Amino acid sequence: MTQKTLYSKPKSLTDKVMHYCPGCSHSVVHKLLAEIIDEFDIQKDAIFIAPVGCAVLLYDYIDCDTVEASHGRAAAVATGIKRVKPNKQVISYQGDGDLLAIGMGETLHAANRGENITVVFINNAIYGMTGGQMAPTTLVGQKTATTAAGRKPSNEGYPIGACELINTLQAPYFIERCKVNDSKSIIKTKNILKKALKYQMEDKGYSFVEILSNCPTNWGLSPKDSNKWIEDIMQKNFPIGNFRDNGKEA
Amino acid sequence: MEKVQLLKGNEALAEAAVRAGCRYYFGYPITPQNEIPAYMSKRLPEVGGVFIQAESETASINMVYGACSCGARAMTSSSSPGISLMQEGLSYLAGADLPAVVINVMRGGPGLGNISPSQADYLQSVKGGGHGDYNLIVLAPYSVQEIVDLTIKCFDLAFKYRNPVMLIADGMLGQMSEPVVLPKMIDVKDDLDWVVGNGNHAIIHSLYLNPEDMLEIHNAKLQKKYEAIKNECIEFEKYLCDDATSIFVSYGTPARVCKAAIDELREKGIKVGLFRPISLWPFPEKELNELASQVANHSGKVIVVEMAKNQLEQDVKLAVNGKCEIVALNKLGGAIFNETEIIDFVLKDRK
Ligand SMILES: Cc1ncc(C[n+]2csc(CCOP(=O)(O)OP(=O)(O)O)c2C)c(N)n1
Ligand code: SF4
Ligand SMILES: [Mg+2]
Repeated sequence: MTQKTLYSKPKSLTDKVMHYCPGCSHSVVHKLLAEIIDEFDIQKDAIFIAPVGCAVLLYDYIDCDTVEASHGRAAAVATGIKRVKPNKQVISYQGDGDLLAIGMGETLHAANRGENITVVFINNAIYGMTGGQMAPTTLVGQKTATTAAGRKPSNEGYPIGACELINTLQAPYFIERCKVNDSKSIIKTKNILKKALKYQMEDKGYSFVEILSNCPTNWGLSPKDSNKWIEDIMQKNFPIGNFRDNGKEA
Repeated sequence: MEKVQLLKGNEALAEAAVRAGCRYYFGYPITPQNEIPAYMSKRLPEVGGVFIQAESETASINMVYGACSCGARAMTSSSSPGISLMQEGLSYLAGADLPAVVINVMRGGPGLGNISPSQADYLQSVKGGGHGDYNLIVLAPYSVQEIVDLTIKCFDLAFKYRNPVMLIADGMLGQMSEPVVLPKMIDVKDDLDWVVGNGNHAIIHSLYLNPEDMLEIHNAKLQKKYEAIKNECIEFEKYLCDDATSIFVSYGTPARVCKAAIDELREKGIKVGLFRPISLWPFPEKELNELASQVANHSGKVIVVEMAKNQLEQDVKLAVNGKCEIVALNKLGGAIFNETEIIDFVLKDRK
């Protein structure tokens, strides 16, 4: 009997065992990115920015040139890189604390300059790395290490919609929110990421992809239940969909 | 013949950076260094470079970090409060062995202080400033010509050692005009194997998770580099020190005033000299220590003159190491010294 390879690990993914908790969305998105890098054949042309957050060791897994940024400053680092290497594909990978709390300024201004980069935003509604504290995207009522009784708007305000915010700016070219909590949405997200990266390769400008992600460990849920929570609760607060696609044919 | 031009310190600095191959500038406006970004915004596009007015100094230093990761000659400039905001970034640059150039045209502090000349960021610059065990190479000019020469040196040293280099000048130096000779455009060919952008799986990082077999080793490497810098990068000027019985120690604008004071004091028969550190880190410790022996033999003093309180003086104390008496003349409000007050200080002190 002959055997045919139907599926194999992407070339741009290393053999290292990932440190992510079982079922964590970070590993899913890493794999999608590695597949896309392979499909576009840009392993030597992509430069990643690793954030400070659970994905800080991104360069251990995605086998591309990578620069580790300080907490929140990935968009500024990406700007510096892209301006020196306009022909390379610069991908800034960031969590919600990184992108929307400490790095809000850098995030919005890079978007507002229309930097020709692709930002991959992992919204897991929590600070994974530091042990489950409130994030700017933590839902009202959501319990975290620093909102023991649940997030209260009277004290903590409301979750911030990153796509909605960036959509107020004129320069961005592509903005979309997606999720990776089931196989159908994983495939969809891959296509969205691919489109975003394609736009960068075509020098179209700034693209932003928000991915609703889980953090089973700090949500205190099983991977399966955490994916259900994204489906039932999280996406009600953060509606999935395209916010802007300037490349869409009329 | 070389062309002599009359240039303002800040503008001379910017042009010198361009001649040294700097093609990327990221910065946020702050007085008294605004001429630098204004100049760069016009000049860099002419030479195929990039100027970005960043949204903050935090962003500026991280844009520099990104550009340096690609091996580019990149810089930022600011003044005291802005440099405070850059400290985390400077620590990351040092931790990741990146060759950035950062300019601090110092103003009065603490807090908003004022926009007048100051040297109150001395300790922040020479002792690291941010978190962790690291050192910046710190150079201090005292004339516009020296601003030009040292700016070029900043880029050379940054790339030679893969280390961030800071040039500190008080606001006076940035604002005043003097005749200068600029060097020709330097044809930079940095052939670097560690940079991102060549698709060699380069990783720029400062995270070393394991204490024993990673961070300890990384820090040992950094310390070895700092030792080499200490041995190779000491720079200073001695002015009329050979027969001096007392010595001023001063850098930047106050050192110029000391020179004028020395000339007058010598007319009165008082033999003083000036020791002017040009590299503030590494500090010319050995050379000052030798002078301290000479001063001690004459029962003279080392006189620290700084627009700050007990900052340069701390390094002077370490260098002198108890060999002779040290006195200090300080100014903390943004006014610069005049020679009369320095002369009076010396005359009064001798009584
Ligand atoms: C200046 C600074 N402040 C705080 C931290 C600590 N810190 C590390 S990661 C993190 C939050 C990470 O959360 P997020 O960005 O959402 O990423 P996740 O781990 O959830 O993927 C914090 C606060 C730091 N490293 N640096
Ligand atoms: S803590 Fe949360 S985000 Fe971090 S690896 Fe674990 S599950 Fe993923
Ligand atoms: Mg998070």
